[in-house]
Amino acid sequence: MDKNFSARRRRDLIIAAVLAVIAALVPLFVKDVYVQNIMILTLMYAALSQSWNILSGYCGQISLGHALYFGLGAYTTSLLFMKFGVLPWFGMIAGGLISALIAMALGYPCFRLGGHYFAIATIVIAEIALLLIQNWDWAGAALGIDIPVRGDSWLKFQFTRSKLPYFYFALVLACVAWFVTWWLEDSKWGFWWRAVKDNPQAAESLGVDVFNSKMGAAAVSAFLVAVGGSFYAQFVSYIDPESVMGFQFSLLMALPAVLGGIGTLWGPALGAVILIPLTELTRSYIGGSGRGVDLIVYGSLIILISLALPRGLVSLFSSRKGAAR
Amino acid sequence: MTAETIIQSLASGLLMGLLYGLIAVGLALIFGLMDVVNFAHGEFLMIAMYATFFLFAFFAIDPLLAAPLVAAALFVFGALIYLLIVRFAMRAKANAGMVQIFATFGLAIVMRGLAQLFFTPDYRSVTHSWLGGKTVSVAGIFLPEPQLVGALVSIAAFAGLYFFINRTDFGRALEATREDPGAVALVGIDKNRVFALGWGLGAALVGLSGAIMAVFFYIYPDVGASFALIAYVTVALGGFGSVFGAFAGGIVVGLVEATTALVLPPSLKSVGIYAVYLLVVFIRPRGLFGSM
Repeated sequence: MDKNFSARRRRDLIIAAVLAVIAALVPLFVKDVYVQNIMILTLMYAALSQSWNILSGYCGQISLGHALYFGLGAYTTSLLFMKFGVLPWFGMIAGGLISALIAMALGYPCFRLGGHYFAIATIVIAEIALLLIQNWDWAGAALGIDIPVRGDSWLKFQFTRSKLPYFYFALVLACVAWFVTWWLEDSKWGFWWRAVKDNPQAAESLGVDVFNSKMGAAAVSAFLVAVGGSFYAQFVSYIDPESVMGFQFSLLMALPAVLGGIGTLWGPALGAVILIPLTELTRSYIGGSGRGVDLIVYGSLIILISLALPRGLVSLFSSRKGAAR
Repeated sequence: MTAETIIQSLASGLLMGLLYGLIAVGLALIFGLMDVVNFAHGEFLMIAMYATFFLFAFFAIDPLLAAPLVAAALFVFGALIYLLIVRFAMRAKANAGMVQIFATFGLAIVMRGLAQLFFTPDYRSVTHSWLGGKTVSVAGIFLPEPQLVGALVSIAAFAGLYFFINRTDFGRALEATREDPGAVALVGIDKNRVFALGWGLGAALVGLSGAIMAVFFYIYPDVGASFALIAYVTVALGGFGSVFGAFAGGIVVGLVEATTALVLPPSLKSVGIYAVYLLVVFIRPRGLFGSM
């Protein structure tokens, strides 16, 4: 690629590093637990959306069932910890690997489906998993799992006195998801994905391994989302099937990327930084009156932004031509 | 499990399936016309159910009489939604698919919020309707009247839609616009008007389903979600865009659901539908009646 491209990539990396350092310093000044909670959720959604964006944004396979991988991460970690005493760190890796394997196994039949058929198949598969887990007594069925508190340490990944460790983990997770995207963007995979998204037939004829590149995107995407699920389970210490594996969650995960800019490096993070605080604030300030008004505000914003800025909010910042890479 | 229980559940499955078909056909029509999936379809059903409920509660209009009124109201609503939102979503050059999904998904959230605000999250139901709670016995099989009438309405609506699409000028305009939205402009057909009427028609059909379902289903702001997913599966099973496919898909979905309920616990009855859907699209990626 030309010099501009590598210069831009270097600049992206520097900006990300500066932002990460600033974010890491914020909790030193902001002690309010409510605000810290919103920041943790924002970072988590940035990480999830960034991961979703790898398969759906870069590779163009719109998944509306990513809650499946989030739920798998959350459940694997929690069940291993609760039933066998396995440390969440190992559960996290196990959940990630299981999710990546399942994503590839599902990719085998699903990647033959085009457009809306693919999207609906992803919803249906996540819904089947949801129904099965709701009926699985050993895993807590519909009631879910209360994760037992066994201490306050990094080893057990449980913190009862302060939310800060969760904040720093979420920050690292968001940075990792961003960095993986940054790194893949300029790799063979990244170029393949964009080719597959734009025109699979043309890509195939030019020697791109369309099927395997979709599989790769699905595996990376599912692994990272599952790690997010593991984190979430430890963070809230209570999970139930509907809240971690429901269709709503699949959409919530996709929204930041869609609003920020689908298939872009900065879109998911930008979308999360705007959307998540907004969601939380509308919920707590005007959500009291029967939960109706916050939904109306939130839904209207989604309509307006998707109609007014189809390329997402990043398009406001990138005036240079060809920036929508 | 006796032969009678099996026939009994297949019969109820068939009735329910025809109703699923009716819910799905509007979705199929809109998709076939303009390649847009309406992610607020379930919420259209939800407001149709509320409209039926309020006509009953305030004016004592029986759901059976209310059905045409509700369908007409939904027609206007659907056409307006096209003109106010979907028309603009279709203009998006970048990420067109995502813009449509999220514009209609945003609409779904707004509609659910409005329902919670104005109608509260309480469960409501239509009591003492003409059909409610009665059953008919045919050759030893008991069929609930609301579902039976729903199935008949569904068949009539399909027949009407078929006639409308194939035998009227507007139907021909619809078909022509579907095939080549650019060329129809040359012969003086206003694409936006055709699409708006298509949305109106699709919404009217789901309005009809809502009026019938209000008789035997609880009405609450989130009621649309579960039926919407069944409707997407029905449409995809039949083949996106095929109105006939939605009809056939509905019947398959109803029968599969009833069969699943015979062998699995009730909470798992949808698993059968989803599994059959996956099986069909893995073998035929365009659904049963979708064109390749």
